[in-house]
Amino acid sequence: MSIISYMEAARQALAEEMRRDKLVWAVGEDLGRGGVFGQYRGLVEEFGPERISDAPISEAAILGASVGAAMMGTRPVVEMRFSDFALCAVDELVNQAAKARFMFGGQTRVPLVVREPIGMWRSSAAQHSQSLESWYAHIPGLVVACPSTPADNKGMLKAAIRCDDPVVYMEHKNLWPLEGEVPEGDHVVPFGVARTVRPGKDITIVSWSAQVHVCARAADVLAGQGIEAELIDLRTLWPWDQQAVLESAARTGRLLVAHEAVQVGGFGAEIAAFVAERLGIKVRRLGAPRAPIGYAPPVEDAVRISETMTVAAVRDMLGK
Amino acid sequence: MAQAADGRKGRKARLVNEPAGLDRDTLLRAYRDMLLIRRFEEKAGQLYGMGLIGGFCHLYIGQEAVVVGLQLALKQGDEVITSYRDHGHMLATGMEARGVMAELTGRSGGYSRGKGGSMHMFSREKNFFGGHGIVGAQVSLGTGLAFSNAYRGNDNVSVTYFGDGASNQGQVFESFNLAALLKLPVIFVIENNKYGMGTSVERATASHDLSQNGAPWGIASLQVDGMDVDAVKHAADIATAHCRAGKGPFLLEMKTYRYRGHSMSDPGRYRSREEIQKMRSERDCIEAARHKLAAFDVDEAEIKRIDDEVKAIVQDAADFAQTSPEPDPSELWTDILKEG
Repeated sequence: MSIISYMEAARQALAEEMRRDKLVWAVGEDLGRGGVFGQYRGLVEEFGPERISDAPISEAAILGASVGAAMMGTRPVVEMRFSDFALCAVDELVNQAAKARFMFGGQTRVPLVVREPIGMWRSSAAQHSQSLESWYAHIPGLVVACPSTPADNKGMLKAAIRCDDPVVYMEHKNLWPLEGEVPEGDHVVPFGVARTVRPGKDITIVSWSAQVHVCARAADVLAGQGIEAELIDLRTLWPWDQQAVLESAARTGRLLVAHEAVQVGGFGAEIAAFVAERLGIKVRRLGAPRAPIGYAPPVEDAVRISETMTVAAVRDMLGK
Repeated sequence: MAQAADGRKGRKARLVNEPAGLDRDTLLRAYRDMLLIRRFEEKAGQLYGMGLIGGFCHLYIGQEAVVVGLQLALKQGDEVITSYRDHGHMLATGMEARGVMAELTGRSGGYSRGKGGSMHMFSREKNFFGGHGIVGAQVSLGTGLAFSNAYRGNDNVSVTYFGDGASNQGQVFESFNLAALLKLPVIFVIENNKYGMGTSVERATASHDLSQNGAPWGIASLQVDGMDVDAVKHAADIATAHCRAGKGPFLLEMKTYRYRGHSMSDPGRYRSREEIQKMRSERDCIEAARHKLAAFDVDEAEIKRIDDEVKAIVQDAADFAQTSPEPDPSELWTDILKEG
């Protein structure tokens, strides 16, 4: 174990995978100078510009070309910088990458990782702050991963690179400096296996990405009030760990799903409906209002799902 | 007079560095407008350093001659649209320094009442159509502004700015085709400041003559010394005349340079200090204008009067931007299609 940041964990994962497999390469804008956030620091020095490839600002061409390169058996890791920018390449991802395997009867696979940093970060305003994970969870053929810890950002990026299907890999910008223990060496976190952050008997809270940390703080507060919340970090939205969530929700009898993304049409709705259909228990969602993200802190904060709101929702569900 | 290239005839665009022959008063106005942008941006950089501005802040310092020279050729009714490096464009269109600065600090007195920030402002009054954060996205929008002008049968021109980095986006080329096909009155202005974020044009673009990017569609073009406000005005006159005459789009490649980083968080390790210093000392647009003014017998007192006026405007804007109240959280529910 070593203590490293969420950003460094992913950097190590990519470096290790590139050493392990010569067919793994990365492409995106400004990767040669370390990436806009520093996620690729030092990689061009080790692997050269052919494998850490700088690209012009041409998201559609970067992603489309990577789909082609993936069909030929190489394993591109595509950097989109912001999930907002990746919308310039949605056709390539949704109509091409996601469909190819099925549509061509298994004649081809698209082993592609698309890194799309999400979330509110340093007052980035409406076009640089979105959390769009539910869009991709809606698309058959795509894997959707939203790591919340440094250890997971290493283990899940490795799993994404080894996956033979396209993975939308959504790191949260606010988590880049977060430090935590990360296993050294070949640490791989399989997709579709949730992580129980803390056990509890009174209610199940499901979350992912940066919101997990808000929920964990809320659970601490609740514990001080005599309420034991079980917190589950879903890790991947597709595939998602239905068994773990069902098992927990059946045991606690209540389910709250919390996410930073807009609540309307969010993935919380899918989880809540899925559990309600099977268990008939009390479910609730907690997501952002259906509004763009404002620049000024008071307006930005108005879409944030806080610890206090999470505590209040849980207490309300428990009739307290 | 420089001749505009016509891609269909395969003529090369030529570099325009000949003066429009700005008269004394016009040059004084250009000097004042460029200086206002320069001082405004320096102040914005200071406020950012003090933590009063959050998020992204892309300064225009170095490129002032482009937007000021272009603006001199425009008339009432022409539209302007650009990317996130937009403060200079807004000031050039006559938007109030107060409202722009207060938007940077996220206050209710800002043009978007604090909801948009540095990258996202708009003014119907001044025909400024934003402030857009996705690289290249404003180019198709600007084409649409021109479509509306043609549709309404007026002689307004859409001035659509974008950078050398954006010039590689697919929708830029799609817009070129559409504009040429429909003969839309749009001036595509590529502000080639040599770097798309940290990547030089040479490393990002196979064609090193961006003025030829519209050639396959026969888009007339000029390559312009964007550090010389006189040359910019001259080229802009040619471009606006072309568009107003119903001859379709025009492309201007402005050879310019930004002195500061891509944004405030850019340490700029991709270029040397010497390179920046050389441009500052040898090609600065404001210094050049000051020299030309001397030839018009504009005395030091006149220059100082302008300097003081600009300084006062910027200080007033900075004061306003710090005293205007923050927006109420309820602003989340204004200007929005609200559910239930």
